[in-house]
Amino acid sequence: MTTVVNPRDFDALFVDHDSRRRAARGVGVRVTGLEKSFGDLAVLTGIDLDIRPGQFVAIVGRSGCGKSTLLRILSGLDRQTSGSLDIGSGVGDVVPRLMFQEPRLLPWARVIDNVAVGLGHDRGAIDGRARVETALAAVGLADKARAWPATLSGGQKQRVALARALVSRPRFLALDEPLGALDALTRIEMQALLERMWQAQGFTAVLVTHDVHEALTLADRVVMIEDGRIALDVPVELPRPRRRGSADLARLEAEILKHLVREEVPQPDYVI
Amino acid sequence: MTGYASLVPSLSAEPPAPAGLGPALRRLGGGAGRRLRASAVTPWLLPAALLAVWSAASASGALPDHVLPAPWAIATAARDKIVDGSLAADIAVSFRRAVSGFLLGGGIAFALGLANGLSKISERLTDTTVQMVRNIPNLSLIPLVILWFGIGEEAKLFLTALGVFFPVYINTFHGVRTVDAQLLEMGRSYGMSRFDLFRRIVLPGALPSIFVGLRYALGIMWLTLIVAETIAASSGIGHMAMEAREFLRVDVVVLAILIYAALGKLADVTVRLLERLTLAWHPAFADPRGSK
Repeated sequence: MTTVVNPRDFDALFVDHDSRRRAARGVGVRVTGLEKSFGDLAVLTGIDLDIRPGQFVAIVGRSGCGKSTLLRILSGLDRQTSGSLDIGSGVGDVVPRLMFQEPRLLPWARVIDNVAVGLGHDRGAIDGRARVETALAAVGLADKARAWPATLSGGQKQRVALARALVSRPRFLALDEPLGALDALTRIEMQALLERMWQAQGFTAVLVTHDVHEALTLADRVVMIEDGRIALDVPVELPRPRRRGSADLARLEAEILKHLVREEVPQPDYVI
Repeated sequence: MTGYASLVPSLSAEPPAPAGLGPALRRLGGGAGRRLRASAVTPWLLPAALLAVWSAASASGALPDHVLPAPWAIATAARDKIVDGSLAADIAVSFRRAVSGFLLGGGIAFALGLANGLSKISERLTDTTVQMVRNIPNLSLIPLVILWFGIGEEAKLFLTALGVFFPVYINTFHGVRTVDAQLLEMGRSYGMSRFDLFRRIVLPGALPSIFVGLRYALGIMWLTLIVAETIAASSGIGHMAMEAREFLRVDVVVLAILIYAALGKLADVTVRLLERLTLAWHPAFADPRGSK
């Protein structure tokens, strides 16, 4: 597995040097009274969420709580049954970008052409090729540009998918458990990569995850969904990069897990 | 339909494992096994052995000439036919019929397969009819075709095109329908137009299945053409064989059969080459000598 570029080179590769533009990159997202049902089945029953520009929000919840449905609505793949959703100024000038749970690379396109898919309507842009190469270098896969996706590992594929999402210069990036299928080590690497990308580019990020620890490592704010509504909204005010195993992180994790895991584990009345 | 479908290598397929014989050969002969697997001569060992047995049987008199003439007798017949120019003319005629029938039937089938794969309306309108016609053995139409067209070129064109149509249609349709819906969703979310979705996702995704249809179609193309030429033709290799039968020229009959075998092999090689070129991304088709 190729190693990710060392941090200094990395920043030089991907930082947007105009810090004011970077700060203005992220957009605010406002959700009011959002509901979604499939036939008779109500999945979301009144979600109110206000995300400020550039914030990193993690959404956690049990399987089937509706967190992926919410993300699909936020990213424009599905429409809500009722309620309103405003992204940015609300005139539809911001195209949300979604990073899927699976890499979803075109098997018949080389890595570099897969990243170029992210250019969208900018495909003909003069700097298009350069942007693609920069994004690929930023995820540490410059040497794999001509490879076929079938020859990459799971982590590498997901990094190509990340490069594809970033090359479109998203102002709002939705992430649907993109690290869920990766092994523990690759996952930690990818979390660090994601955090650096977010810091460098300043987009607004919404991450859906099963993993409370991952949510706390990355997010400014953790939102828990239960029975189709927001049950918990916790700010995470810990310095970055957050160290694994720090006491503050563990305390927050225990607090959220207490809400998440309904069945109380009976205390053993004996001591080994 | 599932019969064809099962032949499409799955996209997630791992690169094909070495044949079961591989490890055994390696244990037995070490370097010899590897050479046998890698050499370009290997596929031709069996035909060469058959030829040797055939020659020996003919030379010893165990194989009478009126059952199967010796290989050299057939070579002589071939030389005579080459010298008087009739062999080249017959091959040219058969080849032209095969290609035109294939292009006509395959072209219509490909277009209809795409249309029905992409459009629900088109499928509702035509698929039932196609499936009904498909179950008629196309050679059973020969008497009708002779009544319609006599033994003219139209008869052969019609039968070949009809035979080629179904495998191409079914596999194109199946290929388009089974394109990964997740990839389509990805393409849409990245703002691809309908034409882009077709060109960059649907068509490449359907290609492995389309190739399966092509290979089936080529087999049926020869089969139909041979039968049509032996029954209703005044030129072509099939006609050459039927004429030879009347004069009890077994050597020419065998020559005709060998030519069909060679043409069939040529068609197969062509498709394999096309697959190699267009499916380089696919682990099952990747050139083992190419870069990773």
